[in-house]
Amino acid sequence: MAGCTHMLSKEETQHIAKLARLGLSEAEIEKYQKDLSAILGYVDKLKSADIGEAAALAHSTAAENVLREDEAILRPEQKTRRLREAFSEQKGGCLKVKAIL
Amino acid sequence: MELKNLTIKDIRGGLMKKEFSAWELTAAHLDKIEKENDEIFAFLHIARDLAISQAKAVDEKIKNGEQIGILEGIPMAVKDNIMVQDLPCTSGSKILQNYIAPYDATVIEKIKGQGAVILGKTNMDEFAMGSSTETSAFGPTRNPRDLRRVPGGSSGGSAAAVAANQCAAALGSDTGGSIRQPACFCGVVGLKPTYGAVSRYGCAAYASSLDQIGPLAKTVADAQIVFDAIRGRDDRDATSVEMPAAKTAKEKYRLGVPKEYFVAGMDPRVESAIKEKISFLEKQGHEIEEVSLPHSEFALACYYIIATSEASANLARYDGMRYGAAKGGDTVTDAYFAARGQGFGAEVRRRIMLGTYVLSAGYYDAYYVRAQKVRSLIKRDFDRALAQVDAIIAPVSPTLPFAIGEKTDDPVQMYLADIFTISVNLAGVPSLAMPCGAADGLPVGLQIIGRHFDESTLFNVGKIIEG
Repeated sequence: MAGCTHMLSKEETQHIAKLARLGLSEAEIEKYQKDLSAILGYVDKLKSADIGEAAALAHSTAAENVLREDEAILRPEQKTRRLREAFSEQKGGCLKVKAIL
Repeated sequence: MELKNLTIKDIRGGLMKKEFSAWELTAAHLDKIEKENDEIFAFLHIARDLAISQAKAVDEKIKNGEQIGILEGIPMAVKDNIMVQDLPCTSGSKILQNYIAPYDATVIEKIKGQGAVILGKTNMDEFAMGSSTETSAFGPTRNPRDLRRVPGGSSGGSAAAVAANQCAAALGSDTGGSIRQPACFCGVVGLKPTYGAVSRYGCAAYASSLDQIGPLAKTVADAQIVFDAIRGRDDRDATSVEMPAAKTAKEKYRLGVPKEYFVAGMDPRVESAIKEKISFLEKQGHEIEEVSLPHSEFALACYYIIATSEASANLARYDGMRYGAAKGGDTVTDAYFAARGQGFGAEVRRRIMLGTYVLSAGYYDAYYVRAQKVRSLIKRDFDRALAQVDAIIAPVSPTLPFAIGEKTDDPVQMYLADIFTISVNLAGVPSLAMPCGAADGLPVGLQIIGRHFDESTLFNVGKIIEG
């Protein structure tokens, strides 16, 4: 691939996996270190683009903010039950999670 | 009954003339899917009960002499990242293996409202990340035109189902070519609508500034029928808008051929099939001119920064708590590591990591902001070219359908399969992929790219090419 190659270190790869909340094995870290370095080598291509005064584009069509009243809407029990059923663990109709603090 | 090449128009005629009932038609499709699914594996879930009950309702309407909708009794398949209430919705991922959709996506409300029969959910690359349907956690789909080859991806199950006559039409989603490339590989028609033309409410988000839902069908007219059924503004997707009125068909079109798309690296068999179609159009009296999309060479790199950045944020919701099975862990962080590390497949983890990296402190400007600037240049290329011509004719894929396993070990090679489709998503313009011949028995496809919200021109030109 053209452009300079950006070699990620093992520590950097571990750090990214941690930020992304992905539990990976040693062998997987090694594989992603190699894969991500190859992809970053390819995307380095962008450095040679003459961007001049180009503005950063987030959306391709003229999207407008759409606002609505911030109000609680009571949904039918059947609908909320279906949503709750997707939770891995629930208690008293609430999503149960591990302690955050 | 014979299901081969049965179009939406044929089905409607057959139902009205009572040549067959919706129940017979649906049962015949379901039987065909069940017989062939071990081999082709287009479907992850076959919704026999739902389909039969929908078909019976259609027959009842016909029996009572009621007016029937345009999609009434049409057997359709739905990509498994689009929610159909009470059916599984896995997005091709182990992390959603047991997830049951709690509500209908807007597009599903719409097709159900118009009488469509939903046969089941189709296989796909995990979270739509792939170009071959090989990253599905449940195994690859095979191309019905040649079972040793991939059907393309990520909507490979939908394309294969249409090509194998297992349904009349299907829904897919396209973030970087995921409707058009499988349509091309399987020899069917597929539309990536303009960004904003179709609501994505109820579709698992991959890269929100690029994702669009669209139809796969056997003919251009059928793709148009399904598109008309699903488009329009929806309060639940803030990016969706109402379409302007369709343009009337022109006698003669001005069509552009981008010089950057006919370069070294393209399979000569693909190139000659497309060039043959271009000369056919010229002989018909349409004006063909060369156009330039000068930033094309940067599109793939730009896409892999923007799409993975958005994916890393969108897929944060799969935490093993709200969605996905818990895999243990003493603390909340350990629980995330376990659920996500084990629940996501290799390609999804790769893209989440890439997105996390390019958004991380110190790299944001160099990668993400730079990619967004390049994106505006790519969009400007299309604006300029499409000011000069009515539509652009281009290849969909640089190669014929490749063999299963051929590219799975080299992510960059796999990404290059989307080299001609990705710019369209970055620019937000619509593109219609359709068959344009064959090479060594394998289908070749071309795409017709148009101005924002000018799908009608794509359908009109597509019908001319179809002949």
